Amino acid sequence: MRRHRWLMLLALLVAALAVAGCGDDDDDSGSGNAGSSKEQSSSKIQKNDKNASTKLTIGSKNFTEQKVLGEIYAQALQAAGYGVSKELNLGDEKTALKALEGGDISAYPEYTGTALLSFFGYTADKLPSDEGEAFDLAKAGFEKKNLTALPPTPFVSSNEVAVTKETADKLGLKKISDLKGKSQDLTLYGSPECRQRLDCKLGLEKVYGLKFKKFVPVDIALRHEVLKKGQADVSIVFTTDPQNKREGFVLLEDDKGMFPPYNSTLVVRNDVIEKAGPDLAKTVELVNKNLTDEVMQELNARVDIDKSTPEDVAGEYLKETGLIGG
Amino acid sequence: MSPLLAQVEIHQRTQDSCVSDNGLCPSWIVDNFDRYVDPFFQHVLLTVVAMAIGFVISFSLALVAYRRRWLINPVTQVTGVLYTIPSIAAFFLLLPITGRGFLTATIALVSYVLLIIFRNVLTGLDNVPEETKDAGRGMGLTDRQLLWRVEVPLALPEIMAGLRIAATTTVGLATLAFFAGAGGLGEQIFADINFKSNVVTAGGLAVALAAVLDGAILLTQRAITPWTRAAASR
Amino acid sequence: MNQFVDAIDFIFSERESPAGGARVGGLAKMWELTWEHLQLSAASIAIACAIAIPLGLWLGHTGRGGFLAINASNVGRAVPSLALIAFFVAYIGVGFTNLTLALVLLAIPPILTNAYTGVRQVDRDSVDSARGMGMTGAQVVRRVELPLALPLIFGGLRISAVNVVATATIAPLAGVVTLGDPIINVNTYGDDGRLAAALVVALLAVVTELVLGAVQRAVTPRGLKLEGGGRWRRLAVAMPHNRREAPT
Repeated sequence: MRRHRWLMLLALLVAALAVAGCGDDDDDSGSGNAGSSKEQSSSKIQKNDKNASTKLTIGSKNFTEQKVLGEIYAQALQAAGYGVSKELNLGDEKTALKALEGGDISAYPEYTGTALLSFFGYTADKLPSDEGEAFDLAKAGFEKKNLTALPPTPFVSSNEVAVTKETADKLGLKKISDLKGKSQDLTLYGSPECRQRLDCKLGLEKVYGLKFKKFVPVDIALRHEVLKKGQADVSIVFTTDPQNKREGFVLLEDDKGMFPPYNSTLVVRNDVIEKAGPDLAKTVELVNKNLTDEVMQELNARVDIDKSTPEDVAGEYLKETGLIGG
Repeated sequence: MSPLLAQVEIHQRTQDSCVSDNGLCPSWIVDNFDRYVDPFFQHVLLTVVAMAIGFVISFSLALVAYRRRWLINPVTQVTGVLYTIPSIAAFFLLLPITGRGFLTATIALVSYVLLIIFRNVLTGLDNVPEETKDAGRGMGLTDRQLLWRVEVPLALPEIMAGLRIAATTTVGLATLAFFAGAGGLGEQIFADINFKSNVVTAGGLAVALAAVLDGAILLTQRAITPWTRAAASR
Repeated sequence: MNQFVDAIDFIFSERESPAGGARVGGLAKMWELTWEHLQLSAASIAIACAIAIPLGLWLGHTGRGGFLAINASNVGRAVPSLALIAFFVAYIGVGFTNLTLALVLLAIPPILTNAYTGVRQVDRDSVDSARGMGMTGAQVVRRVELPLALPLIFGGLRISAVNVVATATIAPLAGVVTLGDPIINVNTYGDDGRLAAALVVALLAVVTELVLGAVQRAVTPRGLKLEGGGRWRRLAVAMPHNRREAPT
């Protein structure tokens, strides 16, 4: 890294000029971003040698978007001077929370909606539909566990009910409630945890009153293939999946509001926040700024469709947004 | 949001390619082969360590049981049960005791080779013709000299045969080691189970490793037991 | 040790899943998983036998394809079960049928090799005298070679059965909910469930081995049975090409 210091300064200059050219702050509403102290000079991550004594372990859950996010935060915090190790691909949200509470990891990116439903016992009728409110409620819930939820990303990655275009046309499906009366002849494929989640099979049963002919648990990575290969009639996907558009899947409208907002927030242990100093939150804020729906989908596509590794894609993100020079 | 701030290049993916179709793409495999190097070496390590430890234990057991015949049955029963237990079950039966990681995987893998090698060493030793042993004793060899200079060398084909089976078996079982948190080629297969290139490459490397180990042991056997080349080869 | 007690408790008493929203555990639910496990295993073994035994008998009877039949086991052993299943998932997809196909491929080699070798090792004089008595080829196979090859055939069947039962543990990776589900998807069942399933699977494999071992002994004519030293040892010595295969 030392050799490239001149190059980094040059890149810094270029980035500064670029940012000066844009001159606009991110003003997404409802993201709770405290972006008021944005400096025009640069949005680059500065390495602070004082951070070197703090060791961080970044975790993530077990699907592409999570692995990319984990890599991005890990690499960004490393650029800020922290000692970073990674424990990505932990498992589902329960496994990740257990690792966080147990101290095996310092932080991992969770979704506000997932936290409300899986950790804090919110039922469908009590779910907020506003992103800001969802974050505030999640943050409050995490505080009780001595965890801090940092300000969330602009992008929303929601669970969604998907069918192929043929199925949608054949059965006339536009909203999830259109499945009523038809679902008993259809097979639903979802992740193994889907059976017990209110934003998955359980919610479909409780909120929409849907009973499916069969539920097949498959690994989350197969959620599109099973639809594509005709094994699943209905599958649970994420709104940021690039495969949705590519394969022409129809995402059914959530007319009864079963799915809460799902912004991603980095959840950190309180003792880590104290030790890490202000650079932790600052770096995360810089990273989150550019994580829009479109960008997240692009990053997912680079892994799932172009078959890059999450590590490489994270590096590309940080470089292309000028957060890391070189 | 300001489009200028999102400086991430959004690629247009309008054309289908081999890779985007999850197909079998030789050029991709060549370009990305470095992804498989670390898992491959983890796999080799798991296999070789398990075989080495397993061999030491079962060879010693076999030598003891060769003299104290009453031991054969109990050892066979115990190693037989260990052999029958599916490896994934074994990983999680060990979890409360040894936790996740290389150690747990190794213990499970070692327990599989015990029966194979134990049985083959014994069979090999038992097959040494009585006349040969008599001749040896006639030449004044002590029991220990007889063992190491006559019986074990003559038992080598059988022992090596057992090692070959142990090797291919262990490579196969080690693909499941990632369930115990020990990495290996299985982890790589599972990283993208939809992508044919990935599955074929990682799986193919495992098969290749098994074949190479099998061949290497066979060649070693032929080299150190030249007298068996006259006999029908397997 | 405490954990093992909890695991046994899981087998017998139903309870709410750790995350809530589903009932897990208890004899009824464990039986559901076990039944699926058995169905998958039985279907695969049955189909494998239907293919491998006739083929092995015919090859052994005619003396052709020896190289293929003998090395089938060696090649089969070198292909890891996970790789085989992943291959089928990538190319064909998930589901009971697809998975059965993969397991059939897994089960064929030991049965084929043993059926072939079983016929080859039948005493030539018996075969000749049977032909001399005017039996057709098919009759020779059915009345002379098959009965004498039965012990080895069952040996191969035993190996395959244990293999398949063990591999059915990773069936959930291909969307079939067997006893492997609590092991692979531990969050739905809890740590107790995972250990419980591991115990039951181990038990199932051992029982399969013992039952088929007993059947193998039962079909072995007394003349072929061994004095002392264990049946597998002498048979192994007699048949240098036959080795017990390894399970998953």
